[in-house]
Amino acid sequence: MVPLSWYLTLAAALFSIGLFGVLVRRNAVAILLGVELMLNAVNINLVAFWRYSDALTSMGGQVFAIIVFAVAAAEVSVGLALVISAYRRRNTVIADELDMLKW
Amino acid sequence: MTTPTYTDFYTLLPYLILTVWACVLLLVDLFIPVGRKGITAFLAALGIAVTLGFSITQIGAESVGFSSMVALDGFSTFANILLLSSGLFGIALAYGYTQRFNMVRGEYYILLLFSVSGMMLMAQANDLIIVFLALELLSIPLYVLSAISRKLTSEESGVKYFLLGAFASGFVVYGTALIFGATGSTNLAAIFAQAAAGVTSGLLLTIGAALLLVGFGFKVAAAPFHMWTPDVYQGAPTSVTAFMAAGAKIAGFVALFRVFATAFPSLAPELTTILWALSAVTMILGNLTAISQTNIKRMLAYSAIAHAGYILMAFVPYGNAKVAPTAIAAGLFYLVAYAVSNFGSWGVVIALEKAEGKGLEIEDYAGLAKKYPALAAAMTVFMLSLIGFPPTLGMVGKFYLFRSALAGGFPGLALIGLVTSLLSAYYYLRVVVNMYMKEGDPEIEREPWLALTTGFTAIATVVVSFVPQFLFMLAYTAVMR
Repeated sequence: MVPLSWYLTLAAALFSIGLFGVLVRRNAVAILLGVELMLNAVNINLVAFWRYSDALTSMGGQVFAIIVFAVAAAEVSVGLALVISAYRRRNTVIADELDMLKW
Repeated sequence: MTTPTYTDFYTLLPYLILTVWACVLLLVDLFIPVGRKGITAFLAALGIAVTLGFSITQIGAESVGFSSMVALDGFSTFANILLLSSGLFGIALAYGYTQRFNMVRGEYYILLLFSVSGMMLMAQANDLIIVFLALELLSIPLYVLSAISRKLTSEESGVKYFLLGAFASGFVVYGTALIFGATGSTNLAAIFAQAAAGVTSGLLLTIGAALLLVGFGFKVAAAPFHMWTPDVYQGAPTSVTAFMAAGAKIAGFVALFRVFATAFPSLAPELTTILWALSAVTMILGNLTAISQTNIKRMLAYSAIAHAGYILMAFVPYGNAKVAPTAIAAGLFYLVAYAVSNFGSWGVVIALEKAEGKGLEIEDYAGLAKKYPALAAAMTVFMLSLIGFPPTLGMVGKFYLFRSALAGGFPGLALIGLVTSLLSAYYYLRVVVNMYMKEGDPEIEREPWLALTTGFTAIATVVVSFVPQFLFMLAYTAVMR
């Protein structure tokens, strides 16, 4: 069986890629993609921890992963709506160009 | 699968009342004609008032519900009452503001109700899954509210708040996953029991707790996670800013207090230093940056950051069982003091705000005292309270905070707090100097609800400061329960 640490490494790598994306990408949609990668890394972690724990009968990890899916979907739908409404007015989704307020 | 019992529902009833009310209001609002959205505001306020009344009857009640996912105790009831009152103030400030700036929409009040319900769920959360859900439930309506006025700046602030908020919740949930891995549970009490019995991977637990702290640091606007605050507070409609400055901060701190004091006392040696540094950096950075601001909304945003630092001070000795209850009670007291002065000062800002973002510079306050002495006096009270100058609630709050920092053995932190408070007098008093000593001809908007809010908060700031013991004992018994 694949050891737990492999899953954790994969999740940590995925989280870091997402984090990197949020920090360096300038397109608001790409930043959103980075956030999604971070949340999916969490799901890998949760399911892996659950599978390797002693308490397989309690569904804690899986249920939490599903809740994270649902919340991420809700968040993205609001976020994309905000990005689209900003895009319609300014014709840009580049975060640096949203600069009416000083950063 | 167990069927929910009466106790389960009783535990969560304030939250349930408010959520059901908000869902029903969402439908009712469809039948309210566009010109009469005041009815929605009234119904929303009524919903909060009913919930508030019910919450007051729950004082002293204690229970856990839904497989101990949520808890009802003195602490959560205190927080619920504070959050519901913030919601009422938020509606009172929004009523005239939305009419004046052509953004009358029924959704405004409904989103505000959903946000308050998320904050209440946060106060009652006894499980990290609920903490995460509540965090999203309080944040998502706030993202939309920030962008609701459809001005370019408002949309921009909504996008920025959303991107950084989603980023922060990524940290919270990653931290939760690591804690789940280290202890095999997301329940706060079970995590504590596991950590006390010795977990297999203490490192995993520490990293998890640190990531939670980063996530909450974003929510309560503590440095170095505060970058979003000035932009969002400036760009969002002022009535929304007033509500989120108080509500989101109260909810974030209440969750921090509960999660760390219940689940992680064993990590106190590692975390105390980090918290000390966070608190010190937040106080110094917030106050120093506020000095150079000319826009009042931006200045108050940096002041909000600085106050997050003061409240964090209450949290530093959380692992010390002897000092912790007094310190956390001092933190709760300061949250009340901050919320009251906060709503008052944003109320004055709303009174002077003009279309196209005019009337928001500190120079625009020149001559206010001659023309509208009552409003200027109220603003002076709020500024003094934010400095921590007697006779105001802010001064008593800071006294309790510094005292608990000294009792916890952190004289350095109390000293930094004192020096930065003196420093903050410079930029707060600049507003007072402008109002009283400069010539100008400001125009204000007269709205009954706005006047009521500013008047009430100004009087409360002064009067309660003479009988602070009463409020402090309320906070203390809330923590001890």
